[in-house]
Amino acid sequence: MNLTLKIWRQANADATGSIETYSIENISPDMSFLEMMDVHNEELIAKGIDPVAFDHDCREGICGMCSMYINGEAHGPDRLVTTCQLHMRKFKDGDTITIEPFRANAFPVVKDLAVDRSAFDRIQHAGGFVSVNTSGNTQDANAIPIDKHDADKAFDAATCIGCGACVASCKNASAMLFVSAKVSQYALLPQGKVEAVDRVQNMVKQMDEEGFGNCTNTGACEVECPKGISLENIARMNREYLSASLKG
Amino acid sequence: MATLDSKIPQGPLADKWTNHKSHINLVSPANKRLIDVIVVGTGLAGASASATLAELGYNVKTFCFQDSPRRAHSIAAQGGINAAKNYQGDGDSTYRLFYDTIKGGDYRSRESNVHRLAEVSTNIIDQCVAQGVPFARDYGGLLDNRSFGGVLVSRTFYAKGQTGQQLLLGAYSAMNRQIGRGKIKMYNRHEMMDLVLVDGKARGIITRNLVDGKIERHGAHAVVIASGGYGNVFFLSTNAMGSNVSAGWKIHKKGAHFANPCFTQIHPTCIPVSGDHQSKLTLMSESLRNDGRIWVPKKIEDVKAIRDGKLKPTAIAEEDRDYYLERRYPAFGNLVPRDVASRAAKERCDEGYGVNKTGEAVYLDFASAIIRYGKEEAHVKGLDANNAALVKKLGQGVVRAKYGNLFQMYEKIVDQDPYETPMMIYPAVHYTMGGVWVDYNLMTSIPGCYAIGEANFSDHGANRLGASALMQGLADGYFVLPYTIGDYLADDIRTGAINTDSPEFDAAEKAVQDQIDAFINNNGSNTVDYYHRKLGKIMWNKCGMSRNAKELKEAMVEIKALREDFYKNVNVPGTANEFNEQLAKAGRVADFLELGELFAKDALERTESCGGHFREESQTPEGEAMRDDENFTFVSAWEYKGEPADAVLCKEALNYEEIEVKTRSYK
Repeated sequence: MNLTLKIWRQANADATGSIETYSIENISPDMSFLEMMDVHNEELIAKGIDPVAFDHDCREGICGMCSMYINGEAHGPDRLVTTCQLHMRKFKDGDTITIEPFRANAFPVVKDLAVDRSAFDRIQHAGGFVSVNTSGNTQDANAIPIDKHDADKAFDAATCIGCGACVASCKNASAMLFVSAKVSQYALLPQGKVEAVDRVQNMVKQMDEEGFGNCTNTGACEVECPKGISLENIARMNREYLSASLKG
Repeated sequence: MATLDSKIPQGPLADKWTNHKSHINLVSPANKRLIDVIVVGTGLAGASASATLAELGYNVKTFCFQDSPRRAHSIAAQGGINAAKNYQGDGDSTYRLFYDTIKGGDYRSRESNVHRLAEVSTNIIDQCVAQGVPFARDYGGLLDNRSFGGVLVSRTFYAKGQTGQQLLLGAYSAMNRQIGRGKIKMYNRHEMMDLVLVDGKARGIITRNLVDGKIERHGAHAVVIASGGYGNVFFLSTNAMGSNVSAGWKIHKKGAHFANPCFTQIHPTCIPVSGDHQSKLTLMSESLRNDGRIWVPKKIEDVKAIRDGKLKPTAIAEEDRDYYLERRYPAFGNLVPRDVASRAAKERCDEGYGVNKTGEAVYLDFASAIIRYGKEEAHVKGLDANNAALVKKLGQGVVRAKYGNLFQMYEKIVDQDPYETPMMIYPAVHYTMGGVWVDYNLMTSIPGCYAIGEANFSDHGANRLGASALMQGLADGYFVLPYTIGDYLADDIRTGAINTDSPEFDAAEKAVQDQIDAFINNNGSNTVDYYHRKLGKIMWNKCGMSRNAKELKEAMVEIKALREDFYKNVNVPGTANEFNEQLAKAGRVADFLELGELFAKDALERTESCGGHFREESQTPEGEAMRDDENFTFVSAWEYKGEPADAVLCKEALNYEEIEVKTRSYK
């Protein structure tokens, strides 16, 4: 396949960025999107042009590091995949592909397509945990039976990879899907219930301080989420937050 | 030849750890506040160690090269974590987990360390559940288990095919709590460039901020390396793109012995290579071998028809399929250990029975599991168990619930539906049992420098059993290192903060800066990846699934020549003071180019076959690996002497008190 690439280039957080146009030839449909980017970078280096910076690591859709906004969609046109698992067979010969970073005030650009998502970490520092020390003498793992349906729902929420596609897809750059997934995981488990009131309040407070937008229930986040995290989690978090606020 | 003191405690095997913990030095809570510890890496071992050390009261500084500690490659572990809970009542025990692990490692791991691992395994599950890790449960609300290769019980706890993710997020959450309290200072996008020794002790590290290129000094009373394995020396592996040996290699160059570098795990079930553009390989969890049956066609004409696209695997009759693992190893069948399964796949493909265009793939087939589960579901739901279409649909539902994310991953990469047609798989580099040599306290041969998790060598011998890596990472980080490190740090309560404004730090920083400048100013003609790919080809062809003296000698010569060419002709674009992925990668590949040569030397020296290390010169008439216990029951620990070829071998003899060393058989 021969393609035209329009890629966001920005030297660092303070620089002004712009879209540059490149062409690339002989791309195999079996390549992953990032392998196409690798080939492109090798070509740029050969021409003496600075290669395109992008975040990536596991390349199996689980680390959450890759973060491209491809043709107007986080992680590109395929569903339930990250950019690293998007394959070139989803494109056609002659296509023009526009590649931008995940855009949000809370995710400043580091360079080109790499962004700073440490705001997500800081939200987790505020309450994304159960306060239990590693003593080695916690009670037996089977001491508290957990309803399988609750355990399964907690697991589904916990599969969030923290990539930020929800924020990039939201017209308000809201982080509600991300935060609600963590709040839900713990709210559904007996181990997490003890601190539930403080957790939801602290995490929401930090989310607001980081400059993420409000949720207006458009559902774009759920559509673009590579792990299929459900909007139900946002509803659950709103319930948790309301009840926490009433408890004071 | 130098000998190493493994510091194994005295007394009966089962009491060693308890006695040791009771007698080592402690640091009081008030004094822990005066002590700084550096942890490099945030996978299961690094994250769990950081969290626990901070809980205990130490000041922890933790470093990772990714943009968040949650991204470390432990996250990609799929299948599960072993623990001797015996919840299934199938006869499991601490002893049995210990025994299986020693046997699985082909009698090349340290008995005392493995017994300790089995002892603390149950604590790990309790700890993780308390943290809110959502393990799979049954309808009664209790934890579910599955079975993994090389064992005859079900002791593996899991969270669908994302167990590593859930465990890592658990450890990450424990870290987050301590980061929020200010007890851990987290440095994301920082790479450790070197270790700093003061008076022979590890007293800090030099790092590079990957965003702006700034070189930084960090002092501490102890340094813990938790930087994972070195599978990427093969270029293609299931490791993450950034996984590297550099932290381990830097401390090796500063005096830490590197043990058993040739002990590499080639995992049997990975998605086959599709072309030259490939940047990495993807694992399909070993858990799939619980339900998937591995086969190739019996008739060579069927193989040809499949490769030409004229025949579908589903059209091959049962009697024309060779379920070669079930044929060769009836007792363990499809659940033989990884080294055995990988070699068997290679044997069939070398004989010409590979089922894809490259001839390097075998089938992993779920059709019979789908029918078995479907019938069970039909019975449970009171439906017609003879309705084939209904049974298939129900069975697919069960398989989806167990392995859904793996099937989806396969479909996205290969563009085939594994619910309808068998998966194609082939062995790929996955894990490295070798690593930095450590004593019983997990301290390297440098005082105050520790290595934990995959970065060390101690627990898996020559072959790791499935679901044991997660166990070891968390055991080291949560339950072993935080205790043993106190024994060393007890002498440091009056030392005070480490001054980084010293000649030792000056010299280390200058060496780092010089190497960076050399790369940037080299203006060569080949990219970093050019060299990495070439190294990977040498490693895979000559140090891969089967090895012989002639090719290993060739590999050593070729790697040395490639390394020399790399320093002359590598091209690193950009500058040192910016986000420069090529520069970061150049430093990592430079270290792989040294490690690779030591790897080949180690493989050459060990003329026996054991575990994942198969020497063609040492096999039984049936082609099974043949150990040489008389001459090789030891750990090869290499001391750095400049060129990798000049490394000096130190032997740690392995003594088995509890276990009778036998020929490993899974027949």
